[in-house]
Amino acid sequence: MSTDRSTGPTSGSNGRSSTDLGEPTVRVHVNGMTRELGATSTTSLLRALRSAGLTGTTGACEQGECGSCSVVLDGALVCSCLVAAFTCDGRSVTTIEHGVAADLGDALERHGAVQCGFCTPGMVMAATTLLDRCDGALTRGAVTEGLAGNLCRCTGYRGIIEAVLEVDGLRRNGA
Amino acid sequence: MRRVGTSVRRPDVAAKIDGSFVFSNDVTADDELYGATVRSPHAHARIIDLETSGLAADPEVVCVLSIEDVPGARLVGHIVADQPVFADGVARYHGEPVAFVVATTQEAAWAAADRLVVSYGPLPVLHDPERALDPASPRLRAGGNVVRRAHLRRGGDVSGAPVEVEATFHTARQDQAFLGVESALALPDADGGVTLRLATQDLHTDQHQIAAALDLPLDKVRLEMAGIGGAFGGREDITLQIHLALAATVTGRPVRTTYRRAESFLAHPKRHPARLHYRLGAELDGTLRYVYARILLDGGAYASTSMPVAGSAAYFAAGPYRVPAVDVEATSVCTNNPVSGAMRGFGAVQACFGMESAMDLLAAELGIDPVELRRRNVLAPGDAFPTSGQPVGDAAPLAELIDRCVELPLPQRADPDDPYALPGGTGNTSTAANVRRGVGFALGVKNHLYAEGMQEEATATVVVDATGVEVRSAASEVGQGVVSALAQIASDELGGQEVRVAGAHSDHGYAGSSSASRATFVSGGAVRDAAGEAARLLRARVAQRWSVPEAEVELRPTGVLVRGELLPLAIVIGEEPIAATATFLAPSTERGDEHGQGSVHVSWMFVAHRAVVDVDAQLGLVKVVQVATAQDVGIAVNPRAVRGQLDGGIAQGLGLAVMEHLQSVEGVVANATFTDYLVPTTADMAATEVALVERPDPAGPFGLKGVGEPPVLSSTPAIVAAIRAATGRALTRVPVRPEDIVGTS
Ligand code: FES
Ligand code: FES
Repeated sequence: MSTDRSTGPTSGSNGRSSTDLGEPTVRVHVNGMTRELGATSTTSLLRALRSAGLTGTTGACEQGECGSCSVVLDGALVCSCLVAAFTCDGRSVTTIEHGVAADLGDALERHGAVQCGFCTPGMVMAATTLLDRCDGALTRGAVTEGLAGNLCRCTGYRGIIEAVLEVDGLRRNGA
Repeated sequence: MRRVGTSVRRPDVAAKIDGSFVFSNDVTADDELYGATVRSPHAHARIIDLETSGLAADPEVVCVLSIEDVPGARLVGHIVADQPVFADGVARYHGEPVAFVVATTQEAAWAAADRLVVSYGPLPVLHDPERALDPASPRLRAGGNVVRRAHLRRGGDVSGAPVEVEATFHTARQDQAFLGVESALALPDADGGVTLRLATQDLHTDQHQIAAALDLPLDKVRLEMAGIGGAFGGREDITLQIHLALAATVTGRPVRTTYRRAESFLAHPKRHPARLHYRLGAELDGTLRYVYARILLDGGAYASTSMPVAGSAAYFAAGPYRVPAVDVEATSVCTNNPVSGAMRGFGAVQACFGMESAMDLLAAELGIDPVELRRRNVLAPGDAFPTSGQPVGDAAPLAELIDRCVELPLPQRADPDDPYALPGGTGNTSTAANVRRGVGFALGVKNHLYAEGMQEEATATVVVDATGVEVRSAASEVGQGVVSALAQIASDELGGQEVRVAGAHSDHGYAGSSSASRATFVSGGAVRDAAGEAARLLRARVAQRWSVPEAEVELRPTGVLVRGELLPLAIVIGEEPIAATATFLAPSTERGDEHGQGSVHVSWMFVAHRAVVDVDAQLGLVKVVQVATAQDVGIAVNPRAVRGQLDGGIAQGLGLAVMEHLQSVEGVVANATFTDYLVPTTADMAATEVALVERPDPAGPFGLKGVGEPPVLSSTPAIVAAIRAATGRALTRVPVRPEDIVGTS
């Protein structure tokens, strides 16, 4: 926990933008749009994004253990809770708000991969990265390993894994 | 086409996938303030002084609230009001709220909460539930440390059988570990009341407790459901609701907070740790003669739901078996450990681990196959339930569950070249030569709905207006899919019309909690009746306006068919919406007599699990390869959602079997992070095979049964039985740790 009194408002999207308080900010390319994000010394990228109204990225632990805060930073899947916002100046971030591939969304729905949905945006980011990056066909083991950093407390993962395998198969068959 | 019975798309799925779904921590308001809870670092301590003056000069701090600021009832509770809104002179568990700091930013609130100086005078910590029973131990509550002793007796002697086994088992404290940590926003209302936008399992029980503490009439406490990131019993009790509501009324501004993970671990009640002593007696052919059990539940510092949990542990202590003589007792005691309360399975999980482990001992003693031993003893239609004597009726398809479960395909041998398949995974620690496979089997039983004389009911309203059909209910969508079920049910009653489900609100009439596998059952019943009535009113109106007999009016998915002409809803309804409200009453139950005998349950849910594990006995590593299950679901309202409940419940049962243990060291929680409290990941989770056994329950709307809890009942003992089979170890404790397998503990 921070006891740094200078820690500014990084929660809330009530229009009290960080610049109003003269706080340090960074310019980040978020989903192709340049945005100014509040970035004190202790603001995580997760909190900076959520404060800017991008609340699709959730955060279940803020300790790098659950993957619910997954975003893509300069092409790499990261836990945004572990990235200091001030290190993101000029970098590119892709969040769930960028959109979900229709085939993946459809497969997740059909396989019952969503219950409470709190893990889902992070799962989608991880699954998207996995599907986009793999060279050969994804094996069940590779999907299991690829999603092992994303906790889900509701579904038992079966539907999620099946959905990713199905999408990979269909994409490979040019469907 | 009827929608009940089909895997329709859940209405919230698109928003949950694209990230636009609004969870309780996404809700904000203009001009909002933020709260932070000051919590006791001690498990038991007097509060000597709360020094707030140091914060007075901080421009970011708006106020600090403590017990003195509570205008109404200082004690609240889910069932009995025994838990102070803030520690009242004494803190009784680690993490008990002492004060609530309100500031202009969340970070400032946390920082101020850290700086608040509280002087404590440590008191002796009663952390051993066995010692809580000792008359010489300090009394933590008026009336003694026993919160409830549920003693059930039926039949004759519980000794002297030709074959007897006896053992003691332990189950650990398990956390619900829902991913969406507690968060809410409280808004002051112009009439002096307050509106909360929050995530809870039970709007109305929260509303009563908030109103009592704030000394407000019920109608001035308005609760609107925001998206819930999982619950599993962990949102039955008050955590931040009253603190926020109080802060909003005191400051006149919106106030919100979101707990952090470590705080969430401390804040909500968890699954009771249990010590289970069992003695089973049987004939030489394996026929059970008696079950004797003594179950001790560590209830922690306050009552929460300990009373019904003790009842549940006792009533399910003899499993789903025909047993002529039963003497079982479950006792929940008060300690200075974290508060225990509701978690999926609610006392029946612990009892199931004890009873099924004892059944396996009996099977070994008799040299009978464990599945065969169960076949010889399971309840059949017409039998009496072993602990209550209540007739089980026809809806007890246990023999079929066993058959269907063991018929499910077994997994292949692990591929020795696939590191993902071996215990230890890609750590590459195990070699195939050291891995032994084991198979285990277990049965589970629990009631659905509240029990022991609590009247079960739910109210819902169905409104048909020019824009369509809307269901209004206070039922909590915790992820299980009740919104989908309610829409399916209403749609069927209204000729296949599209139905939307309004956000749950305390104004929508009582629905009770999304717990006890009851939400779809009771609110589904209310929606069926309300939608049926709305359909009747709609037909009557059309019949009258178009001067046709009612029999010639047909509701269709896209409108109303009158003499071959399809009229759109907008034309039929015009400016006069139709609204119908219905209350569904489940069959009533009674309190048991002095021996706990009587019709204490509405009916039961039964389940079978078979687990296959691979164990590296040298390293103590376990890979749960597969869990197969056959579950009695009445009818599957939405088969895909039912499968999701089964898979997810098995994951939690697997967690309790081999991973999950929230540790309290002399009352102080030692592992309140996801680094140290391990929940199953994709790499830990087993493959599942599922058979749904649909035998309509006469008590349920359309014959449905609850489905949420059975998956966590017997999955745990089945997995542990499989590890015993692979290792030959006795394994009397869950979670099973590597040292239990390699024998160093
Ligand atoms: S919130 Fe970032 S990993 Fe959990
Ligand atoms: S759906 Fe609830 S955590 Fe994954």
